[in-house]
Amino acid sequence: MRPVTDLFQEAERQMIVCNACRYCEGFCAVFQAMELRRQFSRGDLLYLANLCHDCRACFYACQYAPPHEFDINIPKILAQVRAETYEQYAWPRRFATLLGQSRLGGALFTLLCIAVVLGFVLLVRGPEIAFGVHTGEGAFYRVVPHWAMAIPSSAISTYGLAVFAVGLLRFWRDTGGKLSELRSVRAFLQATKDVVILRYLDGGGEGCNYPHQDFSSSRRVFHHLTFYGFLLAFASTTLAMIYHYALEREAPYPLTHPVVLLGTAGGIMLMLGTAGLLWLKRRSDRMPADARMLELDVIFTTLLFLTAASGMLTLAVRETAAMGVTLAIHLGISGALLFLAPYSKFAHAVYRSTALVRFAIEQQQNRAGH
Amino acid sequence: MDVLVIGGGNAALCAALTARRAGADVLLVEKAPEPFRGGNSRHTRDIRFLHERGDRYVTGPYPEDEFWDDLRRVTCGQTNEHLAKLVIRESADIKDWAMEHGVRWQPPLRGTLHLARTNLFMLGGGKALVNAYYATALRMGVRVLYETEAQELILSDGRFEAAILRSATGQLCEVEAKAVVVAAGGFEANLAWLKRYWGEAADNFVVRGAPYNDGRVLAALLQQGAKPVGDPQQFHAVAVDARAPKFDGGIVTRLDSIPFGIVVNRQAERFYDEGEDLWPRRYAIWGGLIARQPDQIAYSIVDAKVMHQFLPSIYPPIEAPSIPALAERLGLDPPSLVRTVERFNRAVRVGTYDPSTLDDCHTEGLEPPKSHWALPLDTPPFYAYPLRPGITFTYMGVTVDDHARVVLQDGRPAQNIFAAGEIMAGNILGRGYLAGFGLTIGTVFGRIAGREAARAAGH
Repeated sequence: MRPVTDLFQEAERQMIVCNACRYCEGFCAVFQAMELRRQFSRGDLLYLANLCHDCRACFYACQYAPPHEFDINIPKILAQVRAETYEQYAWPRRFATLLGQSRLGGALFTLLCIAVVLGFVLLVRGPEIAFGVHTGEGAFYRVVPHWAMAIPSSAISTYGLAVFAVGLLRFWRDTGGKLSELRSVRAFLQATKDVVILRYLDGGGEGCNYPHQDFSSSRRVFHHLTFYGFLLAFASTTLAMIYHYALEREAPYPLTHPVVLLGTAGGIMLMLGTAGLLWLKRRSDRMPADARMLELDVIFTTLLFLTAASGMLTLAVRETAAMGVTLAIHLGISGALLFLAPYSKFAHAVYRSTALVRFAIEQQQNRAGH
Repeated sequence: MDVLVIGGGNAALCAALTARRAGADVLLVEKAPEPFRGGNSRHTRDIRFLHERGDRYVTGPYPEDEFWDDLRRVTCGQTNEHLAKLVIRESADIKDWAMEHGVRWQPPLRGTLHLARTNLFMLGGGKALVNAYYATALRMGVRVLYETEAQELILSDGRFEAAILRSATGQLCEVEAKAVVVAAGGFEANLAWLKRYWGEAADNFVVRGAPYNDGRVLAALLQQGAKPVGDPQQFHAVAVDARAPKFDGGIVTRLDSIPFGIVVNRQAERFYDEGEDLWPRRYAIWGGLIARQPDQIAYSIVDAKVMHQFLPSIYPPIEAPSIPALAERLGLDPPSLVRTVERFNRAVRVGTYDPSTLDDCHTEGLEPPKSHWALPLDTPPFYAYPLRPGITFTYMGVTVDDHARVVLQDGRPAQNIFAAGEIMAGNILGRGYLAGFGLTIGTVFGRIAGREAARAAGH
């Protein structure tokens, strides 16, 4: 890995060449934002890098791409800057390096989380409960008491949100944003729309150049499956909380219950989406890719897949003796995913959305100014 | 083999696609390796075409009369009217035809500027267009060989019989075909050839496009009796940064600073009106002007107040706090540069400065004058960019008729030899240039050549 100062210098060099060419301005927001600048500070580069959706259209269209001596490879250099963003704005940074960006670290940490929950179930709750058959209302909580699920998950979520909040504010300030600008409702609406439809993975209409040079919408489809699957799973969990606290009905719920329906749909979509993304990634062209970002992608996507798969498995075996152990594994993986969020590729959701808000504000100001 | 296409840029691809669609077996041989395929088309960005109304991609109509007027103006009449009007008329369906073959256009944006009405911009530029055509051609069954050069053409009584091809590994083989389309570009990258007309000066030229355009096929055709067209000494050249790579620097090495200051030669003297006309119209004369200066070098000098008014360069400007210091850094004689700048500043009559129109800031009693945008050079720091002639293309080619057939010395058209693109553009563009018109000629004549070649091969 090259030193960080060199990384930003190299990104600046490439942006200066791009800014003199501008053939790619029709592809995405990165180039439109670039055209408003003549120099590229560290903050500018962080902003531009996080605007990039890695669709790779600009790489294959570039007359200066390697082996040309100008050696322009925007998806790769911006991926490197993004990986740097995820690390710089995480706290503590070391967790990002050790866990979010290292397959070994991520795997060991996940195993540790599984071991903690399994240990709790096997040793504290005892083998009789762990391997018993539990049915009816409150079955899950007979294996892992509700407090043992709710307290750690709330604590980890609060912690993660705090880390992201600090990171986001620092990112906003470093990329030249003012606090008052965060009140721009129009910009938020525009950015939300850009996220929800995944605008910048359409490569101008025919999809992105992924996994190879040919235009394809496969990545956008798999990402959407993952994203909306995640939202459905999240909705299922939220609804379950409402049933638990407001209506005082405890899980598990019947198969036709909205909580289970939402969770099942979400789980299947997540599994399909993440499996698809990993499959595409395996086949993808390595030229415009960054090794560190690939590591981040693989760890996070795999964890998401395992969370969904173990959740679905729990549903499948919930009336058998295997439920206790399966549930423990699922909770362990989910806990790892939750804890690693600020140190993993999950960060892209925060920083890319923030960059899109910044872009919407900047374009509004530019239109107003001309 | 029905049709052999020599060349791998826009014109060659249009010919190959058209011939293949007509049912011919097509082999396309491209001299460049795959990453550099596409000749000078790789570096293009937009294409001029006839249209009656604006739409998503162009802001307004560009009718035939206006198109023809523009062409006549830039070529000063050095154009074959019959062929020129054919190109203009047949350019009307370029938008749809290219889209059918995978090309995507870009709606007008900041960078399309003054050409948004007349020209279509490729989404992603010329390499994206080339990529799209190759993908479509391969899907349709056109065979493509990269790093393969046509070394010789074998003709018999004005008929093409075969070509000698040289592969990447140096193997020679003879390929027979019923018809050949020659779309292999000009000779602008052949410095030895340029030296015939320019002498040692050619060593100081920068070639903006592919190093593969050495004119070998053009020379072979001329030697076999094709009738030349266009002035062999002329080329289209712009001012590029002297620090640009010798070949293939493309668009980013150009400099747009010239109208914002003065340009001096090695003797620190001005030699041409920097503010003669709006920049896009004068953009292309500066290459030739610099080519005629001593050592083929010049320096564009501006001061701090205009520094942000032109597109940024990829090379940092040479900066100094005073004119004598700047002269030192450029290796110019300081008293001479001071004298030139003082004389210029004294002659400047500042009016209402406006870079977007032909404003009234000009010089009086100065030779050469600066007719517009003349502001005194008085705000340090001062900046300079060294300039060299950057050659885009050469004008000499082979004469063709309206079936894209190559015309022989005796005035007869060859029955199965067709030409398209830069190698025959001189028929239509005898001098000057219209932005995006090279691709128009290449597309129209590429399609005619492909159609006629397929016909000559019996399809």
